[in-house]
Amino acid sequence: MKEMGRRLYLKGVATLRLDQDACIGCGMCLEVCPQEVFVMGPGKKVRISEPDACMECGACMMNCPVEAIWVQSGVGCAQAVFNTMLGRSSEACCSLKDKPDGGSCC
Amino acid sequence: MAIAEQAFVIGKIETPVGPVPQVATVLAGRDRWGALRVRLGLGRMQYTVEPGLYAVGTPQEDSPILVTANYKLSFDHLRAALTGQDAWVLVLDTNGINVWCAAGKGTFGTAALCAQVGASRLVQLVRHRRLVVPQLGASGIAAHAVKQQSGFAVVYGPVLARHLPEFLVCGMQATPAMRRKTFSLPERAVLVPVELVIACKWALPLSAVLCGASGLFGPASFWENVRAHGGGWTMAGLWSGVVAGTVLTPLLLPVLPGRAFSLKGGAAGLMAALAFIAVFFSRSGTSDNGLAGLAWLLLIPAIASFLGLEFTGASTYTSLSGVKKEMRLAVPLQVVAALCGLLLLVWARRLQ
Repeated sequence: MKEMGRRLYLKGVATLRLDQDACIGCGMCLEVCPQEVFVMGPGKKVRISEPDACMECGACMMNCPVEAIWVQSGVGCAQAVFNTMLGRSSEACCSLKDKPDGGSCC
Repeated sequence: MAIAEQAFVIGKIETPVGPVPQVATVLAGRDRWGALRVRLGLGRMQYTVEPGLYAVGTPQEDSPILVTANYKLSFDHLRAALTGQDAWVLVLDTNGINVWCAAGKGTFGTAALCAQVGASRLVQLVRHRRLVVPQLGASGIAAHAVKQQSGFAVVYGPVLARHLPEFLVCGMQATPAMRRKTFSLPERAVLVPVELVIACKWALPLSAVLCGASGLFGPASFWENVRAHGGGWTMAGLWSGVVAGTVLTPLLLPVLPGRAFSLKGGAAGLMAALAFIAVFFSRSGTSDNGLAGLAWLLLIPAIASFLGLEFTGASTYTSLSGVKKEMRLAVPLQVVAALCGLLLLVWARRLQ
């Protein structure tokens, strides 16, 4: 059992996009990503090393000062998807449409 | 409750911005009791501390500022990691939600952080202009925007609070291991009680209904029906599925086949179903129980697969796109398997 290894979720579904031309190589995305999705490539340009490790938390996009990263961010939580489909927004758990000021969750 | 009246406040530090409550770094019995309760899913949404500024040790104008959420479990993890340290702790109002989830929802965010920096008058409190923000808060915080709006630079700290002393000693440098979110056996095991308690909310009433139905509609007296004519087996089958989905799936997660959680849950359910059927046949004979056996072979994996899918919310590496994809495929299959299983079970009972 590889307890320390990086865990991968479904193949080829993550919406993560990186615009290498815009990248200034500041390394913020490497710092904030808890899944080691990025590596610093040659010429101080970041590249995506393992797209299937991306959990779409959006930390890289939030912290990229030149908007070179885009991801459809959200929480990978089946209950949140159910809550959204059932129109529940602020009950026991989160939904995908939570307002920044409301709700309780997780 | 007033900020200074909270049980973990042990004194106050006089500062240019007024007295700041000083907090204990050793957890008391009531803190451990509170942690146990929320780990069991009891009162988890009301387990909060007052937002604002706190002191750990006797911090000075050059001591680090550590930012956290106002979920008491997060706050307690942080202060317990800071024994012997001098630091300021800035607690944001996240409605009692942990840093990671609150960052995803935006309550642990750039605006809230900048507002709290202003409200706590940090500019007058410290000489430096640095905030240590937990790395898992980064999905709500834009470091460059915080710098622009508040004048404070964001330094992302380690994922785990207990790595903070090493991080601070190393001049606020995190090692790659501190930056990685793991999902080890102990980290998964601690989630089992709350998963089980949440499942109990529907599984216990359902058990009562099944028990009542088998007692009332069987051939003998109520308890005789429950004991000898299927009621007990029905409940055992249901709970096999619940345990497979909420206990086996989290514990065995890395070794269960596939990447999809519904598949992993289904596989755990299949193991439980085979074990259940072996006991079922050995106790009640195989002659006229073939249909019931087949029913449980469908029902137990369906229940476990659904609960495995639910575990995506507690897991640390699932994406929304992935969850949606597996739900589109798995939920219809789970419903069909459960319905077929139920029909077979009823049919098997009629033949008896």
